[in-house]
Amino acid sequence: MEDKKRVLFTEEMRKDYTILVPTMLPIHFRLICRVLNHYGYKAEVMDGKSEKIKEYGLKYVHNDACYPALLVIGQMIDALESGKYDPHKVAFLYFQTGGGCRASNYIFLMRKAFEKAGYPYVPIISMSLTGLESNPGFKLTLPMLVKGISGVLYGDLLMDLKNQCRPYETVPGATESLAQEWEDRLYDDIVSKRFSYRRIKKNYRRIARSFAELPMDRSVKKPKVGIVGEIFVKFSPLGNNNLEEFLISEGAQPVLPGLMEFCLYCVYNMVADVDLYGGSKFKRRIMNFVYKFLLKKQGDMNRIIAEEGFDPPLDFEEARQGVQEIIGIGVKMGEGWLLTAEMLSLIKDGVNNIICTQPFGCLPNHICGKGMMKPLKEKYPQVNLVAVDYDPGATKINQENRIKLMLSNAKPPEEKAAEKEPALV
Amino acid sequence: MENMKELPIKNTAVGIDIGSTTAKLVIVENGQVLYAKYERHYSQVRQKTVAMLADAAHLLKGKTVSVAIAGSAGLGTALSADLPFVQEVFATAETVRTLAPETDAVIELGGEDAKIIFFDGGLDERMNGSCAGGTGAFIDQMATLLDVTNDEMDELSLAYSRIYPIASRCGVFAKTDIQPLLNQGARKEDIAASIYQAVVNQTIAGLAQGRKIGGNVMFLGGPLYYCKGLRARFMKTLKLDEEHAAFPPYALYAVSLGAALYGDKQKKPLAFEELFQRLQNSVGEKEELSTTPPLFANEEEYEVFSARHGKATAEFGVLEDYRGKAYLGIDCGSTTTKLVLISEDNKILYTYYDSNKGNPVQIVKEQLGIIYSRMHEDAKICGSGVTGYGEELICHAFHTDAGLVETMAHYSAAKYFNPKVDFILDIGGQDIKCFKVHNDSIDSIILNEACSSGCGSFIETFARSMGYTVEEFAKKGLFGNAPVDLGTRCTVFMNSSVKQAQKDGASVENISAGLSVSVVKNAIYKVIRAANADELGKEIVVQGGTFMNDAVLRSFEKEIGRNVIRPKIAPLMGAFGAALHAKSLNLETSSLLSKEEIQVFTHTAKGITCGGCGNRCHMTVNTFGTGEKYISGNQCEKGAGIRTEGEPLPNLYARKRELLVSRESKPGKKKLGLPLALGTFELLPLWHGIFTALGYEVVVSEFSTRKTYMKGQYSIPSDTACYPAKIMHGHMEELIEKGCDILFYPALTYNMDEHNSDNHYNCPVVAYYAELLNGNMESVKDVKFFFPYLNVNDEKACAKELYAYLQKHAPEENHTKKDCKKAVAKGMADYRAHMAAVRAEGEKAVDFARKHGKKILILAGRPYHIDPEICHGIDKLAVSLGFVVVSEDSIAHLAKVPPVQVLNQWTYHSRLYAAAQFAAENKDVELVQMVSFGCGVDAITTDEVRAILEKQGKLYTQLKIDEITNLGAVRIRLRSMLGALEERARKEGNQNGR
Repeated sequence: MEDKKRVLFTEEMRKDYTILVPTMLPIHFRLICRVLNHYGYKAEVMDGKSEKIKEYGLKYVHNDACYPALLVIGQMIDALESGKYDPHKVAFLYFQTGGGCRASNYIFLMRKAFEKAGYPYVPIISMSLTGLESNPGFKLTLPMLVKGISGVLYGDLLMDLKNQCRPYETVPGATESLAQEWEDRLYDDIVSKRFSYRRIKKNYRRIARSFAELPMDRSVKKPKVGIVGEIFVKFSPLGNNNLEEFLISEGAQPVLPGLMEFCLYCVYNMVADVDLYGGSKFKRRIMNFVYKFLLKKQGDMNRIIAEEGFDPPLDFEEARQGVQEIIGIGVKMGEGWLLTAEMLSLIKDGVNNIICTQPFGCLPNHICGKGMMKPLKEKYPQVNLVAVDYDPGATKINQENRIKLMLSNAKPPEEKAAEKEPALV
Repeated sequence: MENMKELPIKNTAVGIDIGSTTAKLVIVENGQVLYAKYERHYSQVRQKTVAMLADAAHLLKGKTVSVAIAGSAGLGTALSADLPFVQEVFATAETVRTLAPETDAVIELGGEDAKIIFFDGGLDERMNGSCAGGTGAFIDQMATLLDVTNDEMDELSLAYSRIYPIASRCGVFAKTDIQPLLNQGARKEDIAASIYQAVVNQTIAGLAQGRKIGGNVMFLGGPLYYCKGLRARFMKTLKLDEEHAAFPPYALYAVSLGAALYGDKQKKPLAFEELFQRLQNSVGEKEELSTTPPLFANEEEYEVFSARHGKATAEFGVLEDYRGKAYLGIDCGSTTTKLVLISEDNKILYTYYDSNKGNPVQIVKEQLGIIYSRMHEDAKICGSGVTGYGEELICHAFHTDAGLVETMAHYSAAKYFNPKVDFILDIGGQDIKCFKVHNDSIDSIILNEACSSGCGSFIETFARSMGYTVEEFAKKGLFGNAPVDLGTRCTVFMNSSVKQAQKDGASVENISAGLSVSVVKNAIYKVIRAANADELGKEIVVQGGTFMNDAVLRSFEKEIGRNVIRPKIAPLMGAFGAALHAKSLNLETSSLLSKEEIQVFTHTAKGITCGGCGNRCHMTVNTFGTGEKYISGNQCEKGAGIRTEGEPLPNLYARKRELLVSRESKPGKKKLGLPLALGTFELLPLWHGIFTALGYEVVVSEFSTRKTYMKGQYSIPSDTACYPAKIMHGHMEELIEKGCDILFYPALTYNMDEHNSDNHYNCPVVAYYAELLNGNMESVKDVKFFFPYLNVNDEKACAKELYAYLQKHAPEENHTKKDCKKAVAKGMADYRAHMAAVRAEGEKAVDFARKHGKKILILAGRPYHIDPEICHGIDKLAVSLGFVVVSEDSIAHLAKVPPVQVLNQWTYHSRLYAAAQFAAENKDVELVQMVSFGCGVDAITTDEVRAILEKQGKLYTQLKIDEITNLGAVRIRLRSMLGALEERARKEGNQNGR
């Protein structure tokens, strides 16, 4: 509807417009942007560090809308107001999911906010796995997509290894700088002429091995804490008040299922939709192929992680099948059954402490997050689950206090005291 | 602390617990508690800790002690003094395990936290979620509201005779329930007990979440230690006898004792002097806080500001000297009562402003007595007007000449100060009201929703809790050098923001200034939803008691970047407007009670339950000395004993309810239950048709009442979900009680496609609530619960899916493919017939209204809003105000969905846009949108519906509804809307006349 009113990203704009991407996962997004650059777009990830993001969000977005919408739009308005860019020479790129969750309305909330703030002319490119609004100046090609996917996988790999090493590093900062080093190398590698799947696999191996070689002291086991939840607050330090940092500083090891899981979930839902409600069998076949393809690629990476002595990330197909004892996989709005599946898989992998993050009043999470805690606890009485709400008004102290409570039960206090001592250097 | 078990601490251990409002310190030595102290810290967290330790220095000097700090406000202190910290719930569990291992569950209420610990069957520790504050602080606030001390409130509660339902979600909600009760004259004894009951309900609903509290239950924390009434409510509700309810002597110190135990186990003792030194050093330490620029750069700026606002004043006269006609205005507000007496030339002769102390009638009586005794004998009150929440009560009690809706009263007053006024913002104790004025009439009215009333009384309670009067507190805020950024959400959220600021060592000055900024931002961005000053207006008048606070006024001017007018009588504007209105009546004599009548005036109030209909309203019968009665609290005229004359006005909500349940069930082998909640409100005919055709005896649950909700309250896992969803649990329980073998509520990702939207989803909650019910309701395990994923848009697919599901889950019934196909066809036909009937009724109602010259009101919401418990009788209220009420789905087909700026992808919501368009296109149609609290999707629809209406110059009114809704506020909004409409009609009539 109202399609003619939409500001398009034209062929012209492609030449000198900067495409800004609001941050969610810093490593992933930086690599994806690099791919866009390579194909002739001036793309840039915002750093999400401005003090004013929340304020702009509150000002230009309905305050009852979800917190991620507020933070994403806040970032955009902040960039426009910052004076760093010529508002007539920027566009925004936003990844969205679509579906019955209100999140599919983000793009409209953005346009409303831009209108209200006086930037109705700024184009927004929405990109989603389920199809995208057409923009003559922005075309997604297969090579771009393939490189993008490898960016997602690289991102997942670095994020996972970082979380497995940081709590145990004996040289403070060593993990972080190794991850940074790899991020920089991949930044060039992902668009190099030698890009090939063989090379990617070789990279996986080299990355995993270099992390394994970091000086670490694993004599004292730290409790693993899984983080699941609404995609934005789960991943974004901006959205969850630096949750990973906080957990590490409290002597825990964060375990985060990756972004590829979410992609797989989206793709699989298109398969399941046909099964449940009918529809094009051809579409089902294509989607099933894509699903299997991505699954295989992720499997390759997971295998290498395990071979280098790390805990392997969760097995998506196993998680998808296992979750059906708890919730139907027709629940596909927002994070849907994936959220429950991640909790279940974490438990099965021995991660008994789980934080379920959600924006305050997140509709799907009433069902798949908080709503599934009781059945999970019934089945696995040893689990230690806590739901934490994120919101512009919610305070860090309130969130941290609840997480601390969970952590106190994650380990006996006697051990805690021992961990407070700096590890031997 | 007598009769206490010995603690396993050999040496000396100090436990410090710093909560949100109090600090507790214990010293344990050789297993005995040597010393225990409990004090309010008035947010001077670190200073207090040092002072308390200094008080106990004589016991600790020269000793080596182990120590740990606990508590929500203690973390910062522990960090900067490098002392061990232990989470408070963990500490409590430690104490209880040590001292009373037989305990099965602990309920601990603190200043702002509520906690439950289950010991039996797997340790489980829970804290209230961030949207469920209101415990100790809540009780404090409520006591302030009742104008009693905490002890007095406790005393009162023991003499209760009935319990009123009070919302238990959070303090703000409860307040909006209590206020009308007070205004209606309910007994304080009953209100006090009801407040405690609300705390109990909240604890159980919010924390137990399906887990039963039983066995040996221990109660801890300040409120439970001090309030006998609260204990009694808990014991009664949980059905505990003396033997199973423990109120230990260490109820206040459980956390600090746990901290001592924890500290001792750390085996890192230090010299007391060292400990003291470290804590002392931490006092000066400041952490980085998010701050805003100061309100005034210097004293001069403040003086200029004060001088400017000093000009906006009214003229005053001397009451004793005045001769001639005088006019009285009364504003009986939610927390305060205001009176203004003016002369023929608008001079103010007398003013009164104070808290109504829970009994406005008494105050007005006293004040009238004073006015009469001071008035010159040649002066005469020739007119009187009353406005505000207590309008009707006062009107009935004192026979005032006119009652007028608040918005109109404020507009009259504001116009007096600035005839060009185009925007009025009034922040009072409980409400934020604002209206735009266009063409000399009120153009749009915005009132705050129950959830965002972080208004005046909030600052007041805060000031008091920190040990200041409002004035002192406000004054301190003026010169805070770096106001703390406290966020803009509701009171509860602000409370915890303040807690954080305190933890970080912010000064009272900066907290006060920060609160002012928050109140202002809340009003502008959350309530008014303005992006910039120009959206508000050019000639702005601000008023209401809260704006007497200079810090608030200054914050407002700074935030919008524009100077505004604040009349000196800002808190009296409602009363002043009422007086001006009384004057405009041009009466010779007033019907107001005379001097003599006032002297013999008496008033008593009694609570009763109306038996007029299923709503069972709790009403208050006020009896006045004259023998006259005034009944309040009723949702319709029936309770007040009024019979409406002539043909009743059509009410589509009532009609839809009749249509829905007029379905026959045939006896069958098995009973299949349909819970009448969420999606069933629309698809009932479909499911009823299908399962009747398949040979089941179909049982439908009754329309909800408060009891329905209470019945299922125990298994609700997510407290912040909407009320229509949460009430589903009760319907399921009801069906099981009725002996159903099977329950049915399907999972429908997609709703009916009505071909007027981009997609036809259900909202996530309606779509998948069945999954949640299945996972969380114990009782459902005793029956069969069917929740297939179905495609209701394709008869064939639907039949196929249903067949497959029944094959799998009820193979013994031997349903055939053919049976299913036939049943689905029958159900679909029933559904279509039902929807057609609803639409026909809608058209009929519109015709009726047009024939009889009545206004049509679209009460727009969702199908499930017709449930009398969910819409709280708003439909009836609207009818009683003279509207023909139609529902959104009954007239949506009469207009096309206009182009919208959002993704129009939900079936129900798409009807809202069409309904709004229908209102926009028709002069005699108005729309009021009902929004359930917690509905995420409506954050998107409300702006859009507003835009559609405003494009055609229509008024937009939104009513936020929840568990309990304050009908008084709804009435004010609907009346304001009516007032504005009449005003517009009058203007247009005048223009046409010219």
